[in-house]
Amino acid sequence: MSDKANSEAKPKNGSGEILMELKGISLRFGGVLAISDVSFDIKEGEIRAIIGPNGAGKSSMLNVISGFYHPQEGEIWFRGERRPSMRPHRVAAQGIARTFQNIALFKRMTTLDNIMTGRMTLMKSSFAAQALWWGPAEREETEHREKAERIIDFLGIQAIRKIPVGTLPYGLQKRVELGRALAAEPKLLLLDEPMAGMNVEEKEDMSRFILDVNDEFGTTIALIEHDMGVVMDISDRIVVMDYGKKIGDGRPAEIRNNQHVIDAYLGVAH
Amino acid sequence: MAGAQKRSKLATSMAHDLLTIPELLSRNAVEFGNAPANREKEFGIWQSWTWSEVKRETEDLALGFLALGVEEGDHIAVIGRNRPHLYWSMLAAQMIGAIPVPLYQDAVAFEMAYALDHCGARYVVAGDQEQVDKVLELKESLPSLRHIAYLDPRGMRKYDHSKIADLREVQKRGRAESEKFGPELARRRDRIKSDTTCVMLYTSGTTGRPKGVVLSHGNILEASRSSSEFDSLRQTDSVLAYLPMAWVGDFIFSIGQAYWCGFCVNCPESADTMMTDLKEIGPTYFFAPPRIFESILTSVMIRMEDASAIKRRMFKFFMDHAAEYGPALLSGERLSARNRLLYWLGDLCVYGPLRNVLGFTNIRVGYTAGEAIGPEIFDFYRSLGINLKQLYGQTEASVFITQQPDGEVYSETVGVPSPGVELRIDDKGEVFFRSPGTFEKYYKNPESTAAAKDAEGWVATGDAGYIESETGHLRIIDRAKDVGKTASGSLFAPKYVENKLKFFPNILEAVVFGNGRPFCTAVVNIDLAAVGNWAERNNIAFASYQDLAQNPQVYDMIHANVASVNESLSEDEKLAGCAIKRFVILHKELDADDGELTRTRKVRRGAIEEKYSEIVDAFYGGRDKVYLETEVAYEDGRKGSIAATLNIRDVKSTEALANAA
Repeated sequence: MSDKANSEAKPKNGSGEILMELKGISLRFGGVLAISDVSFDIKEGEIRAIIGPNGAGKSSMLNVISGFYHPQEGEIWFRGERRPSMRPHRVAAQGIARTFQNIALFKRMTTLDNIMTGRMTLMKSSFAAQALWWGPAEREETEHREKAERIIDFLGIQAIRKIPVGTLPYGLQKRVELGRALAAEPKLLLLDEPMAGMNVEEKEDMSRFILDVNDEFGTTIALIEHDMGVVMDISDRIVVMDYGKKIGDGRPAEIRNNQHVIDAYLGVAH
Repeated sequence: MAGAQKRSKLATSMAHDLLTIPELLSRNAVEFGNAPANREKEFGIWQSWTWSEVKRETEDLALGFLALGVEEGDHIAVIGRNRPHLYWSMLAAQMIGAIPVPLYQDAVAFEMAYALDHCGARYVVAGDQEQVDKVLELKESLPSLRHIAYLDPRGMRKYDHSKIADLREVQKRGRAESEKFGPELARRRDRIKSDTTCVMLYTSGTTGRPKGVVLSHGNILEASRSSSEFDSLRQTDSVLAYLPMAWVGDFIFSIGQAYWCGFCVNCPESADTMMTDLKEIGPTYFFAPPRIFESILTSVMIRMEDASAIKRRMFKFFMDHAAEYGPALLSGERLSARNRLLYWLGDLCVYGPLRNVLGFTNIRVGYTAGEAIGPEIFDFYRSLGINLKQLYGQTEASVFITQQPDGEVYSETVGVPSPGVELRIDDKGEVFFRSPGTFEKYYKNPESTAAAKDAEGWVATGDAGYIESETGHLRIIDRAKDVGKTASGSLFAPKYVENKLKFFPNILEAVVFGNGRPFCTAVVNIDLAAVGNWAERNNIAFASYQDLAQNPQVYDMIHANVASVNESLSEDEKLAGCAIKRFVILHKELDADDGELTRTRKVRRGAIEEKYSEIVDAFYGGRDKVYLETEVAYEDGRKGSIAATLNIRDVKSTEALANAA
């Protein structure tokens, strides 16, 4: 699948403006240095992958971008402005949405309701108006429902619209989580191991969705993924981390031939 | 009722005036202008189009096709799931004298290649990117292909649009240039006559290459008219269009009868939502192959197993009552007051709610066909008060050959000849028919046409059967060419035995061998849903389908099923020689992608015998294990293989005798 997607549908992205720039990020947990002086940028409309062996600091990096961790050193520039240290919900309101490595959905809510929660940051009516479901609040909900339905259609999950997500198989839950992140209409979408634990077919579906999101909505995507085949196929540029440091940065072809990366993945004779 | 009077007046007046499907569309737009013609669920809401809207949409499409340069006699392939725009595309093609050719959307590219090349399709209307990709893959080998139009624009943005267009854009262009192409549309429309080709449908090809069956407007109209009258279908009926558009049945139900009667055709949101959509629509007229009725019944039973004890007992009590008296009540027999009261109570507590959950509340006429249906399954639905009937048909007959009239419904027959159909059974037992719906010809295949249809218009069905003397109904035994003899000279009818096996919920599919052999053997596919659930309840752990299939306890269960089939066969004088002596449970499900089933999910006997020749050799070589490596095709067309050692189980004939005694 992915080769086909690459060959016909994908002229190289990532020649656009810089959407986010990370400069000299260092993150410490007590005495442990999780990220050490890492800098890279994410351009408008590209698919940017962060890869690396276990414990390389990839998830920490994603958490820094989403505002969950605050780095002790370094600067984050988003859409041309330096971002002060802010809480995750403020980051979300700026247009950054994410999915989680261990699915974090509301298990007892339906697919539709879960996706609707993704639009919370975009709702303007007050709590009271929404509770009474009156006037503008009703119109607003109708609008949001329409957006949610478009996402359901896009992801092909009509059949599970009214089913509590807790009862769904893993692959579908992952898809619902992507739907919820998309519902926020993010400028930057962060995916934390979107294909972890999936079989080949599910991975292909998910790759197709990621490419389509990027293509149809023009959403910039930053993702962490272990499956090297998938990463090489779908991403425009790749950052490679190892022991908290950046050891490579470039297009898939360059990364494939980067000696540091090969060493990090295959091990070196010391 | 005024509407009914109007209908009958119409029916009589139009029989002679209206000759083509586009004419019916114009009539409907006038007579039932504001009544819904199509509905489709999209974005969670049912969108609907009235007959006058459908006429406008279709005409715009036809103009758009003219703008693309479609000529009379061009073939336009339509590939996709049931959606209003695709139905309209077929109508639009007819309006301008082109021939719609619906194809199976789940066919892989190389299967599609044959049909596209054979009909020389110049245009393709594809449902989505997946279908476009398949056609593009074949582009090199299709020199006559000029243009592709797609319906769902998702993922299509970056394709080269010089030869590909959004179907809605084509339609928009038609609307914009209606003055330019309007006169041409009118001219072309006037030239469509009763014998103009209405549609070309490819047979599923149980044997050999698929053949393109050419059906004229006259064929479709006559078949639709008489069958609509047979079941008193009316304008207020509604159907759910969910079966493949390439299948003749869908064309008759969703276009022929729908346009004749003016009833509403509803398209589901996606293939997976069919059951939910069925419940929301609650059609009055419903068709499903036995397989679907079977799987619905299986899922009901599985859900009941998990219900509370009180519910289970209530369900059992009332279902037993329904099994005894329901079918009689439906056939109009009189029951005692007590039984009527109990049935009424059952309807209140069980049957009504169950019908509602399944979406069968409003069904007036339900049909099944294509394969034999298990008597228990058939009776289950009838006992619930659902008027399920059987029909027997073929693409070559525009579906209808025989149908069961209301009140004369039997599980083992397929009914009496449909209105206008003549039946004949030759001395070898093969069934022949002659009817106004009889196809014109096989496209570019005069030899096959001549072989199938004789000078007097009689068509060989290829099925062996006989007319039951007490009921006058046709009963089909098997494919005529599959009926053979075992080495000992007794009659061998594999399908008859396979159907008996398949009536057990544990058995999804079975293939019986034995022609010219000393005894009969069977390859069995278990039903994962039913057997898996059984395993769960009995604490039998399994890792995969393959693992479950080779479980000794599963073997024991299937063994018991086979033995009871043998027992019932031993009671039949003619078919006693078909008793199964050895069987094996296959480690994979038979699949159309692997060439084992046709796209309509019929067993391809020859292909299976060839592919699994090692099993057959082991059967008759007396071995009790066989090692197999089988090639499987994934949905994206790639190939892989699975290996397994299968156990062969002997079913002793004494067992059958002991059981019989």
